[in-house]
Amino acid sequence: MSEHARNIAPPAMPLGLRIKASPEYRTFKTQFWDDNPLFRQILGVCSALAVTNLVTNTLVMCVAVTLVTACSSCLYALVRDATPPRTRLLVQMLIIASFVIVVHLFLAAYMFAVSEQIGAYVGLIITNCIVLGRVEAFATKNRPWLAFVDGIGAGCGYSLVLILVSLPRELLGFGSLCGVAVVPESLPRWNIMVMAPAGFFGLAVVIWVCRALQLRAQAGKARPGGK
Amino acid sequence: MPEISPFVILFAAVFTNNILLVYFLGMCSFIAVSNTTQTALGLGAAVTFVSVLTAAAGWPVYHLVLVPLGLEYLQFIVFIVLIAGLVQFVEMVIERKSQTLYDNLGIFLPLITVNCAILGLCLFMVNWRYGFLQSVAWGAGSGLGWFVAVVALAGLRQKIRFSKVPPALEGPGITIVVAGTMAMAFMGFAGMVAIR
Repeated sequence: MSEHARNIAPPAMPLGLRIKASPEYRTFKTQFWDDNPLFRQILGVCSALAVTNLVTNTLVMCVAVTLVTACSSCLYALVRDATPPRTRLLVQMLIIASFVIVVHLFLAAYMFAVSEQIGAYVGLIITNCIVLGRVEAFATKNRPWLAFVDGIGAGCGYSLVLILVSLPRELLGFGSLCGVAVVPESLPRWNIMVMAPAGFFGLAVVIWVCRALQLRAQAGKARPGGK
Repeated sequence: MPEISPFVILFAAVFTNNILLVYFLGMCSFIAVSNTTQTALGLGAAVTFVSVLTAAAGWPVYHLVLVPLGLEYLQFIVFIVLIAGLVQFVEMVIERKSQTLYDNLGIFLPLITVNCAILGLCLFMVNWRYGFLQSVAWGAGSGLGWFVAVVALAGLRQKIRFSKVPPALEGPGITIVVAGTMAMAFMGFAGMVAIR
Protein backbone atom coordinates (compact mmCIF):
# COMPACT_ATOMS: atom_id res chain seq x y z
CA MET A 1 0.00 0.00 0.00
CA SER A 2 2.63 2.48 1.08
CA GLU A 3 4.57 1.53 -2.01
CA HIS A 4 1.62 2.66 -4.08
CA ALA A 5 1.29 5.95 -2.19
CA ARG A 6 4.90 6.72 -3.00
CA ASN A 7 4.22 6.08 -6.68
CA ILE A 8 1.47 8.67 -6.77
CA ALA A 9 3.66 11.59 -5.70
CA PRO A 10 7.22 10.89 -6.82
CA PRO A 11 9.90 13.53 -6.32
CA ALA A 12 9.82 14.16 -10.06
CA MET A 13 11.89 16.52 -12.20
CA PRO A 14 10.04 19.75 -13.05
CA LEU A 15 10.18 18.76 -16.73
CA GLY A 16 8.62 15.40 -15.94
CA LEU A 17 5.82 17.09 -14.04
CA ARG A 18 5.25 19.52 -16.85
CA ILE A 19 4.99 16.67 -19.35
CA LYS A 20 2.62 14.78 -17.09
CA ALA A 21 0.34 17.80 -16.74
CA SER A 22 0.22 18.56 -20.45
CA PRO A 23 -2.96 17.68 -22.37
CA GLU A 24 -0.89 15.72 -24.88
CA TYR A 25 0.40 13.36 -22.22
CA ARG A 26 -3.03 12.82 -20.72
CA THR A 27 -4.61 12.23 -24.11
CA PHE A 28 -1.92 9.74 -25.01
CA LYS A 29 -2.07 7.88 -21.72
CA THR A 30 -5.88 7.63 -21.80
CA GLN A 31 -5.77 5.95 -25.17
CA PHE A 32 -2.65 3.92 -24.53
CA TRP A 33 -3.64 2.35 -21.22
CA ASP A 34 -6.71 3.66 -19.35
CA ASP A 35 -9.15 3.33 -22.26
CA ASN A 36 -7.02 1.03 -24.41
CA PRO A 37 -8.93 0.31 -27.65
CA LEU A 38 -8.42 -3.44 -27.42
CA PHE A 39 -8.79 -4.45 -23.81
CA ARG A 40 -11.16 -1.70 -22.64
CA GLN A 41 -13.23 -0.86 -25.69
CA ILE A 42 -12.84 -4.18 -27.58
CA LEU A 43 -12.42 -2.47 -30.93
CA GLY A 44 -10.31 -3.54 -33.86
CA VAL A 45 -10.26 -7.16 -32.80
CA CYS A 46 -10.37 -8.57 -36.34
CA SER A 47 -6.89 -7.57 -37.42
CA ALA A 48 -5.54 -8.11 -33.91
CA LEU A 49 -6.29 -11.80 -34.30
CA ALA A 50 -5.49 -12.24 -37.96
CA VAL A 51 -1.97 -10.84 -38.31
CA THR A 52 -0.47 -11.89 -34.99
CA ASN A 53 1.01 -15.25 -35.99
CA LEU A 54 4.19 -13.56 -37.25
CA VAL A 55 5.92 -10.72 -35.42
CA THR A 56 7.07 -8.97 -38.60
CA ASN A 57 3.54 -8.80 -39.97
CA THR A 58 2.32 -7.58 -36.61
CA LEU A 59 4.84 -4.74 -36.49
CA VAL A 60 3.96 -3.63 -40.02
CA MET A 61 0.28 -3.72 -39.17
CA CYS A 62 0.84 -1.73 -35.96
CA VAL A 63 2.72 1.02 -37.77
CA ALA A 64 0.06 1.10 -40.49
CA VAL A 65 -2.84 1.39 -38.04
CA THR A 66 -1.06 4.01 -35.92
CA LEU A 67 -0.26 6.17 -38.94
CA VAL A 68 -3.72 5.87 -40.46
CA THR A 69 -5.44 6.69 -37.16
CA ALA A 70 -3.22 9.67 -36.39
CA CYS A 71 -3.27 11.15 -39.90
CA SER A 72 -7.02 10.65 -40.40
CA SER A 73 -7.83 12.23 -37.03
CA CYS A 74 -5.55 15.16 -37.75
CA LEU A 75 -6.86 15.73 -41.28
CA TYR A 76 -10.48 15.41 -40.23
CA ALA A 77 -9.92 17.89 -37.38
CA LEU A 78 -8.55 20.31 -39.99
CA VAL A 79 -11.44 20.02 -42.44
CA ARG A 80 -14.34 19.36 -40.09
CA ASP A 81 -15.54 22.98 -40.00
CA ALA A 82 -15.83 22.96 -43.78
CA THR A 83 -17.90 19.77 -43.90
CA PRO A 84 -21.68 19.88 -43.62
CA PRO A 85 -22.88 17.69 -40.74
CA ARG A 86 -24.96 15.47 -43.01
CA THR A 87 -22.02 14.26 -45.05
CA ARG A 88 -19.76 13.90 -42.02
CA LEU A 89 -19.56 10.11 -42.08
CA LEU A 90 -18.88 10.03 -45.80
CA VAL A 91 -16.03 12.53 -45.49
CA GLN A 92 -14.54 10.55 -42.60
CA MET A 93 -14.68 7.30 -44.56
CA LEU A 94 -13.09 8.91 -47.62
CA ILE A 95 -10.25 10.39 -45.57
CA ILE A 96 -9.56 7.05 -43.89
CA ALA A 97 -9.77 5.15 -47.17
CA SER A 98 -7.31 7.54 -48.82
CA PHE A 99 -4.70 7.00 -46.12
CA VAL A 100 -5.24 3.25 -46.28
CA ILE A 101 -4.65 3.32 -50.03
CA VAL A 102 -1.39 5.19 -49.46
CA VAL A 103 -0.27 2.59 -46.91
CA HIS A 104 -1.36 -0.28 -49.15
CA LEU A 105 0.54 1.03 -52.17
CA PHE A 106 3.60 1.77 -50.05
CA LEU A 107 3.66 -1.80 -48.72
CA ALA A 108 3.10 -3.28 -52.16
CA ALA A 109 6.02 -1.24 -53.51
CA TYR A 110 8.60 -1.63 -50.75
CA MET A 111 7.63 -4.67 -48.66
CA PHE A 112 6.06 -6.97 -51.19
CA ALA A 113 6.37 -10.21 -49.19
CA VAL A 114 4.61 -8.74 -46.16
CA SER A 115 2.02 -7.10 -48.38
CA GLU A 116 1.17 -10.45 -49.96
CA GLN A 117 0.57 -12.04 -46.57
CA ILE A 118 -1.48 -9.36 -44.87
CA GLY A 119 -2.83 -7.64 -48.00
CA ALA A 120 -6.53 -7.96 -47.34
CA TYR A 121 -6.12 -6.96 -43.71
CA VAL A 122 -4.41 -3.69 -44.66
CA GLY A 123 -7.50 -2.84 -46.72
CA LEU A 124 -9.62 -3.74 -43.75
CA ILE A 125 -8.07 -0.93 -41.68
CA ILE A 126 -10.83 1.15 -43.32
CA THR A 127 -13.46 -0.72 -41.34
CA ASN A 128 -11.27 -0.97 -38.24
CA CYS A 129 -13.51 0.48 -35.56
CA ILE A 130 -10.53 2.08 -33.78
CA VAL A 131 -9.88 4.49 -36.64
CA LEU A 132 -13.47 5.59 -37.19
CA GLY A 133 -14.04 5.61 -33.45
CA ARG A 134 -11.20 8.07 -32.78
CA VAL A 135 -12.11 10.28 -35.71
CA GLU A 136 -15.74 10.41 -34.64
CA ALA A 137 -15.27 10.60 -30.89
CA PHE A 138 -12.20 12.80 -30.57
CA ALA A 139 -11.32 14.60 -33.79
CA THR A 140 -14.78 16.14 -34.08
CA LYS A 141 -14.21 18.09 -30.88
CA ASN A 142 -10.49 18.78 -30.55
CA ARG A 143 -7.62 20.64 -32.17
CA PRO A 144 -5.74 18.91 -35.02
CA TRP A 145 -2.53 18.52 -33.03
CA LEU A 146 -4.29 16.94 -30.07
CA ALA A 147 -6.27 14.71 -32.44
CA PHE A 148 -2.96 13.56 -33.93
CA VAL A 149 -1.60 12.71 -30.47
CA ASP A 150 -4.84 10.91 -29.67
CA GLY A 151 -4.51 8.82 -32.82
CA ILE A 152 -0.90 7.96 -31.98
CA GLY A 153 -2.00 6.94 -28.48
CA ALA A 154 -4.76 4.70 -29.75
CA GLY A 155 -2.38 3.17 -32.31
CA CYS A 156 0.27 2.51 -29.65
CA GLY A 157 -2.29 0.96 -27.33
CA TYR A 158 -3.35 -1.31 -30.16
CA SER A 159 0.29 -2.13 -30.94
CA LEU A 160 1.02 -2.97 -27.30
CA VAL A 161 -1.63 -5.69 -27.27
CA LEU A 162 -0.79 -7.02 -30.72
CA ILE A 163 2.89 -7.39 -29.93
CA LEU A 164 2.10 -9.14 -26.65
CA VAL A 165 -0.15 -11.59 -28.53
CA SER A 166 2.24 -12.17 -31.41
CA LEU A 167 5.46 -12.86 -29.50
CA PRO A 168 4.40 -16.18 -27.94
CA ARG A 169 2.51 -17.20 -31.08
CA GLU A 170 5.52 -16.97 -33.36
CA LEU A 171 7.96 -18.21 -30.73
CA LEU A 172 6.00 -21.36 -29.94
CA GLY A 173 4.39 -21.90 -33.35
CA PHE A 174 7.35 -21.38 -35.67
CA GLY A 175 10.22 -21.33 -33.17
CA SER A 176 11.38 -17.98 -34.52
CA LEU A 177 11.19 -14.24 -33.89
CA CYS A 178 10.78 -11.87 -36.84
CA GLY A 179 11.71 -14.79 -39.09
CA VAL A 180 14.99 -15.57 -37.25
CA ALA A 181 15.05 -19.06 -35.75
CA VAL A 182 15.72 -18.87 -32.00
CA VAL A 183 14.25 -22.10 -30.63
CA PRO A 184 16.38 -25.21 -31.32
CA GLU A 185 14.99 -27.71 -33.83
CA SER A 186 14.84 -30.41 -31.18
CA LEU A 187 11.89 -28.77 -29.45
CA PRO A 188 8.55 -29.63 -31.01
CA ARG A 189 6.54 -26.82 -32.61
CA TRP A 190 3.08 -26.05 -31.29
CA ASN A 191 1.09 -26.03 -34.51
CA ILE A 192 -2.02 -24.80 -32.76
CA MET A 193 -0.27 -21.49 -31.99
CA VAL A 194 -0.23 -20.39 -35.62
CA MET A 195 -3.85 -21.36 -36.20
CA ALA A 196 -7.02 -19.42 -35.50
CA PRO A 197 -7.95 -20.59 -31.95
CA ALA A 198 -4.59 -19.54 -30.49
CA GLY A 199 -5.31 -15.99 -31.67
CA PHE A 200 -8.50 -15.93 -29.64
CA PHE A 201 -6.88 -17.46 -26.58
CA GLY A 202 -3.79 -15.24 -26.80
CA LEU A 203 -5.92 -12.11 -27.00
CA ALA A 204 -8.10 -13.31 -24.14
CA VAL A 205 -5.05 -13.88 -21.93
CA VAL A 206 -3.65 -10.41 -22.69
CA ILE A 207 -7.04 -8.84 -21.95
CA TRP A 208 -7.20 -10.82 -18.73
CA VAL A 209 -3.77 -9.73 -17.51
CA CYS A 210 -4.20 -6.07 -18.47
CA ARG A 211 -7.67 -5.83 -16.92
CA ALA A 212 -6.41 -7.51 -13.76
CA LEU A 213 -3.61 -4.94 -13.51
CA GLN A 214 -6.09 -2.11 -14.03
CA LEU A 215 -8.53 -3.49 -11.47
CA ARG A 216 -5.75 -3.87 -8.96
CA ALA A 217 -4.64 -0.26 -9.53
CA GLN A 218 -8.21 0.92 -9.07
CA ALA A 219 -8.58 -1.07 -5.86
CA GLY A 220 -5.35 0.49 -4.62
CA LYS A 221 -6.68 3.98 -5.32
CA ALA A 222 -10.07 3.27 -3.78
CA ARG A 223 -8.56 2.30 -0.45
CA PRO A 224 -7.87 5.24 1.92
CA GLY A 225 -4.36 5.80 0.67
CA GLY A 226 -2.60 8.59 2.60
CA LYS A 227 -4.48 8.43 5.85
CA MET B 1 -9.61 -20.52 -59.81
CA PRO B 2 -12.32 -21.41 -62.31
CA GLU B 3 -12.51 -25.12 -61.50
CA ILE B 4 -14.12 -25.00 -58.04
CA SER B 5 -17.87 -25.46 -58.05
CA PRO B 6 -19.88 -22.65 -56.42
CA PHE B 7 -21.62 -25.21 -54.22
CA VAL B 8 -18.32 -26.33 -52.79
CA ILE B 9 -17.45 -22.71 -52.07
CA LEU B 10 -20.79 -22.14 -50.40
CA PHE B 11 -20.22 -25.13 -48.13
CA ALA B 12 -16.61 -24.25 -47.43
CA ALA B 13 -17.45 -20.64 -46.58
CA VAL B 14 -19.86 -21.78 -43.89
CA PHE B 15 -17.76 -24.50 -42.30
CA THR B 16 -14.08 -24.86 -43.21
CA ASN B 17 -13.39 -21.23 -44.10
CA ASN B 18 -15.81 -19.51 -41.75
CA ILE B 19 -15.23 -15.79 -42.18
CA LEU B 20 -15.53 -15.16 -38.47
CA LEU B 21 -13.75 -18.06 -36.86
CA VAL B 22 -11.00 -18.56 -39.43
CA TYR B 23 -10.47 -15.09 -40.93
CA PHE B 24 -11.55 -13.16 -37.81
CA LEU B 25 -13.74 -10.73 -39.71
CA GLY B 26 -16.73 -8.98 -38.20
CA MET B 27 -15.50 -9.48 -34.64
CA CYS B 28 -16.59 -6.08 -33.30
CA SER B 29 -20.27 -6.47 -33.98
CA PHE B 30 -19.94 -10.20 -33.21
CA ILE B 31 -18.98 -9.39 -29.63
CA ALA B 32 -21.38 -6.46 -29.36
CA VAL B 33 -24.60 -8.17 -30.47
CA SER B 34 -24.14 -11.73 -29.21
CA ASN B 35 -25.76 -10.85 -25.89
CA THR B 36 -29.10 -12.36 -26.75
CA THR B 37 -30.16 -14.84 -29.39
CA GLN B 38 -32.83 -12.44 -30.61
CA THR B 39 -30.48 -9.64 -31.65
CA ALA B 40 -27.97 -12.16 -32.99
CA LEU B 41 -30.65 -13.60 -35.28
CA GLY B 42 -31.58 -10.11 -36.48
CA LEU B 43 -28.11 -8.94 -37.30
CA GLY B 44 -27.12 -12.35 -38.71
CA ALA B 45 -29.99 -12.23 -41.18
CA ALA B 46 -29.15 -8.66 -42.17
CA VAL B 47 -25.48 -9.49 -42.71
CA THR B 48 -26.32 -12.54 -44.82
CA PHE B 49 -28.65 -10.48 -46.96
CA VAL B 50 -26.21 -7.63 -47.53
CA SER B 51 -23.23 -9.90 -48.15
CA VAL B 52 -25.00 -11.73 -51.00
CA LEU B 53 -25.98 -8.41 -52.57
CA THR B 54 -22.50 -6.95 -52.11
CA ALA B 55 -20.80 -9.93 -53.70
CA ALA B 56 -23.23 -9.87 -56.61
CA ALA B 57 -22.76 -6.12 -57.15
CA GLY B 58 -19.09 -5.92 -56.27
CA TRP B 59 -17.88 -8.49 -58.79
CA PRO B 60 -19.18 -6.66 -61.91
CA VAL B 61 -18.02 -3.31 -60.56
CA TYR B 62 -14.50 -4.58 -60.01
CA HIS B 63 -14.08 -6.75 -63.10
CA LEU B 64 -16.10 -4.76 -65.63
CA VAL B 65 -15.31 -1.21 -64.51
CA LEU B 66 -12.16 -0.96 -62.40
CA VAL B 67 -9.99 -3.54 -64.17
CA PRO B 68 -10.55 -2.26 -67.75
CA LEU B 69 -9.83 1.27 -66.55
CA GLY B 70 -6.74 0.20 -64.62
CA LEU B 71 -8.11 1.65 -61.39
CA GLU B 72 -7.72 -1.41 -59.16
CA TYR B 73 -6.07 0.67 -56.46
CA LEU B 74 -9.38 2.46 -55.92
CA GLN B 75 -11.01 -0.83 -54.86
CA PHE B 76 -11.18 0.11 -51.16
CA ILE B 77 -13.04 3.35 -51.74
CA VAL B 78 -15.31 1.85 -54.39
CA PHE B 79 -16.25 -1.14 -52.25
CA ILE B 80 -16.92 0.99 -49.18
CA VAL B 81 -19.13 3.38 -51.12
CA LEU B 82 -20.87 0.43 -52.76
CA ILE B 83 -21.58 -1.22 -49.41
CA ALA B 84 -22.80 2.02 -47.85
CA GLY B 85 -25.05 2.62 -50.84
CA LEU B 86 -26.43 -0.91 -50.78
CA VAL B 87 -27.15 -0.76 -47.06
CA GLN B 88 -28.97 2.53 -47.54
CA PHE B 89 -30.94 1.05 -50.44
CA VAL B 90 -31.86 -2.11 -48.54
CA GLU B 91 -32.94 0.01 -45.61
CA MET B 92 -35.26 2.08 -47.78
CA VAL B 93 -36.76 -0.97 -49.52
CA ILE B 94 -37.39 -2.78 -46.26
CA GLU B 95 -38.94 0.31 -44.71
CA ARG B 96 -41.40 0.58 -47.60
CA LYS B 97 -42.23 -3.09 -47.98
CA SER B 98 -42.25 -4.54 -44.49
CA GLN B 99 -42.59 -2.43 -41.40
CA THR B 100 -42.16 -5.39 -39.03
CA LEU B 101 -38.90 -6.49 -40.65
CA TYR B 102 -37.73 -2.88 -40.58
CA ASP B 103 -38.48 -2.58 -36.89
CA ASN B 104 -36.56 -5.78 -36.23
CA LEU B 105 -33.55 -5.06 -38.42
CA GLY B 106 -33.69 -1.27 -38.25
CA ILE B 107 -30.86 -0.46 -35.88
CA PHE B 108 -28.61 -3.18 -37.26
CA LEU B 109 -28.58 -2.10 -40.87
CA PRO B 110 -26.35 0.99 -40.49
CA LEU B 111 -23.95 -1.09 -38.40
CA ILE B 112 -23.35 -3.37 -41.36
CA THR B 113 -21.62 -0.60 -43.28
CA VAL B 114 -18.67 -0.83 -40.92
CA ASN B 115 -18.84 -4.59 -40.49
CA CYS B 116 -15.47 -5.74 -41.76
CA ALA B 117 -16.87 -9.12 -42.78
CA ILE B 118 -18.60 -7.51 -45.76
CA LEU B 119 -15.61 -5.51 -46.97
CA GLY B 120 -13.39 -8.50 -46.21
CA LEU B 121 -15.34 -10.91 -48.36
CA CYS B 122 -15.13 -8.44 -51.26
CA LEU B 123 -11.36 -8.17 -50.91
CA PHE B 124 -10.95 -11.94 -50.59
CA MET B 125 -13.06 -12.70 -53.65
CA VAL B 126 -10.95 -10.25 -55.66
CA ASN B 127 -7.66 -11.59 -54.27
CA TRP B 128 -8.61 -15.19 -55.03
CA ARG B 129 -9.78 -14.30 -58.57
CA TYR B 130 -13.22 -15.85 -58.23
CA GLY B 131 -15.70 -15.82 -61.13
CA PHE B 132 -19.14 -14.29 -60.79
CA LEU B 133 -21.05 -17.36 -59.56
CA GLN B 134 -18.19 -18.33 -57.29
CA SER B 135 -18.21 -14.83 -55.80
CA VAL B 136 -21.93 -14.92 -55.14
CA ALA B 137 -21.59 -18.35 -53.53
CA TRP B 138 -18.70 -17.06 -51.42
CA GLY B 139 -20.76 -14.03 -50.37
CA ALA B 140 -23.77 -16.15 -49.45
CA GLY B 141 -21.63 -18.71 -47.64
CA SER B 142 -19.74 -16.08 -45.68
CA GLY B 143 -22.95 -14.40 -44.62
CA LEU B 144 -24.42 -17.74 -43.54
CA GLY B 145 -21.20 -18.68 -41.76
CA TRP B 146 -21.28 -15.43 -39.82
CA PHE B 147 -24.94 -16.04 -39.03
CA VAL B 148 -24.26 -19.56 -37.71
CA ALA B 149 -21.32 -18.42 -35.60
CA VAL B 150 -23.03 -15.40 -34.06
CA VAL B 151 -26.19 -17.31 -33.15
CA ALA B 152 -24.19 -20.18 -31.64
CA LEU B 153 -22.12 -17.75 -29.59
CA ALA B 154 -25.22 -15.91 -28.39
CA GLY B 155 -26.61 -19.21 -27.17
CA LEU B 156 -23.41 -19.98 -25.31
CA ARG B 157 -23.25 -16.51 -23.77
CA GLN B 158 -26.71 -16.89 -22.31
CA LYS B 159 -25.35 -19.85 -20.33
CA ILE B 160 -22.28 -17.93 -19.20
CA ARG B 161 -24.52 -15.66 -17.16
CA PHE B 162 -24.85 -18.47 -14.64
CA SER B 163 -21.14 -19.22 -14.43
CA LYS B 164 -18.49 -17.77 -12.19
CA VAL B 165 -16.03 -15.81 -14.32
CA PRO B 166 -12.87 -14.14 -12.93
CA PRO B 167 -13.68 -10.42 -12.57
CA ALA B 168 -10.93 -9.30 -14.93
CA LEU B 169 -12.20 -11.64 -17.64
CA GLU B 170 -15.85 -10.68 -17.44
CA GLY B 171 -17.73 -9.48 -20.50
CA PRO B 172 -15.67 -9.36 -23.69
CA GLY B 173 -12.76 -11.38 -22.31
CA ILE B 174 -14.72 -14.54 -21.64
CA THR B 175 -16.56 -14.05 -24.93
CA ILE B 176 -13.27 -14.23 -26.77
CA VAL B 177 -12.32 -17.42 -24.91
CA VAL B 178 -15.65 -18.96 -25.90
CA ALA B 179 -15.14 -17.85 -29.51
CA GLY B 180 -11.71 -19.48 -29.44
CA THR B 181 -13.24 -22.73 -28.27
CA MET B 182 -15.74 -22.49 -31.12
CA ALA B 183 -12.90 -21.89 -33.54
CA MET B 184 -11.29 -25.10 -32.29
CA ALA B 185 -14.55 -26.94 -32.83
CA PHE B 186 -14.76 -25.60 -36.38
CA MET B 187 -11.21 -26.81 -37.00
CA GLY B 188 -12.78 -30.25 -36.98
CA PHE B 189 -14.21 -29.42 -40.40
CA ALA B 190 -10.77 -28.58 -41.79
CA GLY B 191 -9.65 -30.77 -44.63
CA MET B 192 -13.14 -31.62 -45.86
CA VAL B 193 -12.91 -29.19 -48.75
CA ALA B 194 -10.25 -26.72 -49.84
CA ILE B 195 -11.09 -23.56 -51.72
CA ARG B 196 -7.73 -21.92 -52.14
